[in-house]
Amino acid sequence: MTFFGLEAEMLARIQFAFTVSFHFIFPAFSIGTASYLAVLNALWLWKREEAYLKLFEYWKTIFAVTFAMGVVSGIVMSYQFGTNWSAFSDKAGPVIGPLMGYEVLTAFFLEAGFLGIALFGRKRVGDTAHMVAVAMVAIGTLISATWITAANSWMHTPAGFSIDANGVFVPEDWWQIIFNPSFPYRMTHTVMAAFLTTAFAVGAVGAWHLLKDRTNRQARIMFSMAMWMAAIVTPIQIFVGDLHGLNTLEHQPAKIAALEGHYETHKDGAPLVLFGIPDDEAETTRYAVEVPNLGSLILRHELNGEIKGLKEWPRDQRPPALMPFITFRIMVGLGFLMLGVGLWSLWARWKGNLYDTHWLHRVAVAMGGSGFVAVLAGWYTTEVGRQPWTVYGHLRTADSLSPVSAPAVGTSLLIFIAVYFVVFGVGVYYLLKLMRRPPTPLDTDRKLDAGPIRTTGITPGAAQDHPVGGHHGH
Amino acid sequence: MAIDLSFIWAGIIAFAVLAYVVLDGFDLGIGIVFPFFRQRRDRDVMTNSIAPVWDGNETWLVLGGGGLMAVFPLAYAIIMPALYMPIILMLVSLIFRGVAFEFRWRTHHESHLWDFGFWIGSSVAALMQGIALGALVQGIAVEGRRYAGGWWDWLTPFSALTGVAVLVGYALLGVTWLNLKTSGDIQARSAKLARPLSVCLLALIGAISVWTPFINEMYFERWFGWPTAFFSSFVPLLLAVCASALWHGLIHGKHLQPFLAALGLFVLSFAGLGISFYPYIIPGVLTISDAAAPESSLKFLLVGAVVLLPMILAYTGYAYWVFRGKVDPEEGYH
Repeated sequence: MTFFGLEAEMLARIQFAFTVSFHFIFPAFSIGTASYLAVLNALWLWKREEAYLKLFEYWKTIFAVTFAMGVVSGIVMSYQFGTNWSAFSDKAGPVIGPLMGYEVLTAFFLEAGFLGIALFGRKRVGDTAHMVAVAMVAIGTLISATWITAANSWMHTPAGFSIDANGVFVPEDWWQIIFNPSFPYRMTHTVMAAFLTTAFAVGAVGAWHLLKDRTNRQARIMFSMAMWMAAIVTPIQIFVGDLHGLNTLEHQPAKIAALEGHYETHKDGAPLVLFGIPDDEAETTRYAVEVPNLGSLILRHELNGEIKGLKEWPRDQRPPALMPFITFRIMVGLGFLMLGVGLWSLWARWKGNLYDTHWLHRVAVAMGGSGFVAVLAGWYTTEVGRQPWTVYGHLRTADSLSPVSAPAVGTSLLIFIAVYFVVFGVGVYYLLKLMRRPPTPLDTDRKLDAGPIRTTGITPGAAQDHPVGGHHGH
Repeated sequence: MAIDLSFIWAGIIAFAVLAYVVLDGFDLGIGIVFPFFRQRRDRDVMTNSIAPVWDGNETWLVLGGGGLMAVFPLAYAIIMPALYMPIILMLVSLIFRGVAFEFRWRTHHESHLWDFGFWIGSSVAALMQGIALGALVQGIAVEGRRYAGGWWDWLTPFSALTGVAVLVGYALLGVTWLNLKTSGDIQARSAKLARPLSVCLLALIGAISVWTPFINEMYFERWFGWPTAFFSSFVPLLLAVCASALWHGLIHGKHLQPFLAALGLFVLSFAGLGISFYPYIIPGVLTISDAAAPESSLKFLLVGAVVLLPMILAYTGYAYWVFRGKVDPEEGYH
C-alpha cells in the first residue's frame, strides 16, 4: 500500500525528519539562550548595572516562548520512536532508551522544575535562589544535549553491545556505549553550534536596534557580547568540525565519500569537489568543479592520502550522495561567513567603531538566522549520511519500521505538517515580534510582553484594555 | 534477580504514569473547563495558577514514554503502533495547549483563538488518553514481537466510555484545583461546577467497573474469584470513602479536601487497573518480565532513578511550595 506513491518507510522517514527538524530549531536556540540568561543574571548580580537586568528580562520572555515550543515538539519525539519505528525500539530500545531515560531524569525535570522559579520567582525566592534556578535551567539544557548526542552518536558509531537471538541489542559496557567513538566530537560540535546559533540571533537583534539607535546601552551590550562569541567560538567550531570529519572518515568512510561527491577511490590524492551534482544512478558527480589533491590534504592532512569512493560499497550499503553533498556545503559555507563576521567585528572593535559600522550591523542582521540553517544543514549531512542504517552497520532503516500502513503514516504526516506550520509559524512570528521591541522596555510595554503570571501585579485588566498595537513600534 | 528488577521498574513506570495523571490532570482540566469562564481576566488567573508548574507536570509523560522504551521496549514497540491514532492526536493536542500558555499573552487579535486552542487541545488530549487506556484494557492483538491488529481497533464503545471518563475526571481535578488555588468568583463557580462533574465521574467509574470484568475472563477472576476478591474489594470501599469526602468537602465549602478526594479517586481507579492487569503489561499477551529489557539496561537506569527521583520530587515540591497559596490577581511575581 502506498500513499501518494510513497511507501510507509519513506513516509516515516520524512515524518521523523520533519518533526525532529522543527523540534531541533528550538533547543538549538534555547541551549544557548539559557546560558546567556545565566550570564546576564550573574552580571546583574555582580555589577548591579540596570542594563543587565533589562537584558535578562528581555531575553527571558523570548526564552520562555522558545522553550515552550521545544517542550511540546519534544514530547512528540519521545513517542515517535514507538509509533513509526517500533522495530527499532524493540531492538535498540535497551541501549537508546536508558540514555534518553537519563536525559529525562537528569535534564528535563531539572529544567522544568526550576523554569517556573527562573521566570516568575525572583521576588519570591530572592536573588541567590533565583540565580541558582537560572543556572539549573542552563545546566539542564547542557546535560540534555549531552545525553541525546550520546544516544545519537551510538547510532552512528555503535559500541559496547552484543546482539541476542531476537536481534535485540544487549548493553554490555555502558561506558563504551556512552563514550562511543563519535560522541566527544559530535557533542562538542553540537553544543558549540547551539551557542553560535544563539550568538548570531542575539547579535542580529542587537544590530537591528543599533541601526535604529546606536546609543542604546542594552543593544550595545548584546551586540558586543554576541560578536565576542562569533570571533572566539567560530574558529574553534571550525577546528572541532574538522576533527569530527576526520572521526567520520575513520568510522563512516561511506558518509565522507557521499558528502565529498566521490564515487571513485582516489589512491594517490583525492581532489576537493567544490561544486557539482552527485548522480547516484550514473555513479558520477556531474559538472564537478575540483581542486586537485585538496580533498586528501583536508581529510588525510597529506597531498596524496587515499580517499575511498562510494563504489567501494555495494549499492545497498551506500548513503544517497546528493543531499549530504549539498547540505555539507551549506554548513561549511555558513561557518566561514560566520568567521568573516567575527573577524570583521574584531577589526571594528580594534578601530573603536563597533557600534558605528552600519554595514557590519546590516550583515549581522542578515546573518541572524544563519545558525539555524547551519545546524539543520549539518544535521542532514550526518543523518542522511548514516543511511541506509539506523544503527550503523547493524540495523537497516528498512528493518526498523513499525508494522504501519502507508496511509496511516501519510495521514499523520499531513496532520503534523499542518499543525507545525500553523503553530510554530505563528510562534516564530511572535518571537520576531518580541525581538523587534527595543531592549529598553518602558513599564507600560512590559505588561504586554512579559507573559504568563506577569499580568499579575501589572493588572491583567489593564493589559486587556490596552489599545492594540500600542506596545510596540514606538 | 532479573525478575525482581523488572517488577521494580513496573512500579516506577506505574508511578510515573500516575504522577502524570494527577499532575497534568488538573492542568488539562483547567483547559477543559475554559468555556465556563468567559472573562479574559478569569482565564488569566486560571492559567497563572499553573503557569509555573505545567512544564514539570508534563515531563512525567515524557518519563512514562521514554521510560517504557528503556525498560519495557517490547511493550513500547507493540503498544505505540496499536494506539497510533490516539497517540498522534494526543501529541498534536498537547502542542496546541502547551504553546497557548505563552501565545495567548503575545497577541491581542488572536488571543481568543489560542484560548480556543487551549480548550480543544486540553479536551482532545484528555479524551485520547482515556481512549488509549480503554483500548489497552480491552486488549491488543499481537503476533510474534509486533502489533497485529487493524488501524481502528482502538475505537470501541468501551474505549469511548473510558475516554469520556478521563475527560470528566480531569475536568473535576481542574475545578477542584481552582477551588483550592483561586478566590472569589472563580472559586465559587469552580466549586459549583465540581458538583455535577463529581456525579458524572462517579457514574462513569461505576459503569466502567461493572463493564471491565466482562471484557476478559482474567479480570473477572481477579475481581470475583476467591481469595483475590477479598483484597480487590478494598478498592470500591475506599472509592466510596473518597466519594463521600469529595461531596462533604464541596457541600461545606472546603478548599483542599475536594481536590485531595478527587486525586484519591484517580489513585484508586489506577490501583484497580493495576489489580486487573497484574502481572501483565499488555493484558493476556505480554507479562512484565517478558517485556523487560536486558538486565544490564534495567540496572543501569535503576541506579539513576533511585538517586534522581527523590531529588526530582524534592525540587518539584519546592517549586510548588514557592508558588503556594491562592493566586492573587493583583500580586506581582516579579
